[in-house]
Amino acid sequence: MDSSEAIYDSLKDCGIDFIVSVPCVNLSKLLNMIDEDEEITHIPVTREEEGIGICAGAYLGGKSPAILMQNSGLGNSINALKSLSELYEFPLLMIMSHRGTEGENICGQVPMGESTPRILKAMDFKFFKPGTPEGAYEDIREAWDLSVSEGRPVSILLEIKYW
Amino acid sequence: MARYEAIEDIMKNIDDELIVCNIGFPSRELYDIKDRDENFYMIGSMGLASSIGLGLALARPDKDIVVIDGDGSLLMNMGSLVTIFANNPRNLTWIVIDNGAYGSTGNQDTYAQVIDLAKIAKSVGFENSYNFKDIDLKEVIESENASFVIYDTEPGNSKAPIIDLTPIEIKKRFMEAISK
Repeated sequence: MDSSEAIYDSLKDCGIDFIVSVPCVNLSKLLNMIDEDEEITHIPVTREEEGIGICAGAYLGGKSPAILMQNSGLGNSINALKSLSELYEFPLLMIMSHRGTEGENICGQVPMGESTPRILKAMDFKFFKPGTPEGAYEDIREAWDLSVSEGRPVSILLEIKYW
Repeated sequence: MARYEAIEDIMKNIDDELIVCNIGFPSRELYDIKDRDENFYMIGSMGLASSIGLGLALARPDKDIVVIDGDGSLLMNMGSLVTIFANNPRNLTWIVIDNGAYGSTGNQDTYAQVIDLAKIAKSVGFENSYNFKDIDLKEVIESENASFVIYDTEPGNSKAPIIDLTPIEIKKRFMEAISK
């Protein structure tokens, strides 16, 4: 199974029909697949925090939302994830390209990359780190179920070596 | 006149529209003036009223959405002007009550005092960028493009009480009301 196709298939099987994004080079193929899918509303956003608000509104309107972004976007979204998503118990699937991990060649990605899992733990948000496409498919299904049942954001961290 | 009277004015034009209302005194005042199931009161996440409104407008093209925002909150999420214009949901009307102040935190000045937000919206591309005093709000709500409306007021808060609904109650009754 292809690494991008596994994620796409899992999003489809979860019933995700509303996606906001800030791109990462590792998400390029997936973003193209989503753009070509007429069943999914795809809204590129200027900043990830804005995307958290858009996803909340979409959920209020009956959609099943996800955000696709780099892990740097987690830092841009912390208050919204707490004082909007968690406060009102909005489900949200966060698919993150986890930069600054093994194999990273841009030093600027490393500080936030190293802190990302610890930030999620401190926020009391669950996350999965799939190592293979098969694992990603399963983890995304489980993450979305968990997000709906708990009314909290749940993350998928996709390290560089995943791709 | 201050924000409270502005919200009273806005609400004279509201029938079955869905409202997303900005955090702090704006939501408290709306709750005091006209509480209804179709009001989504923000309790946190300053700046995101227009973003929540955009998501709702895209998810429910069959409904008209009115966002009641503030100048300080807009300044915190200027990118939303671009995202909303680019997606142009025809059913979204974004009203910014511009009192030039961070009202809920003690009326500290905002930079909105030295800029023209309606002009900024127009330069982003909003053809429907208006001042409230020049329009019939109902016509603007029903227009074929996303709209941006500035309502100029003086700073000042009313004595509206704290909202005695939990965030979960606000969400649940809103979602139930709009799924009917």
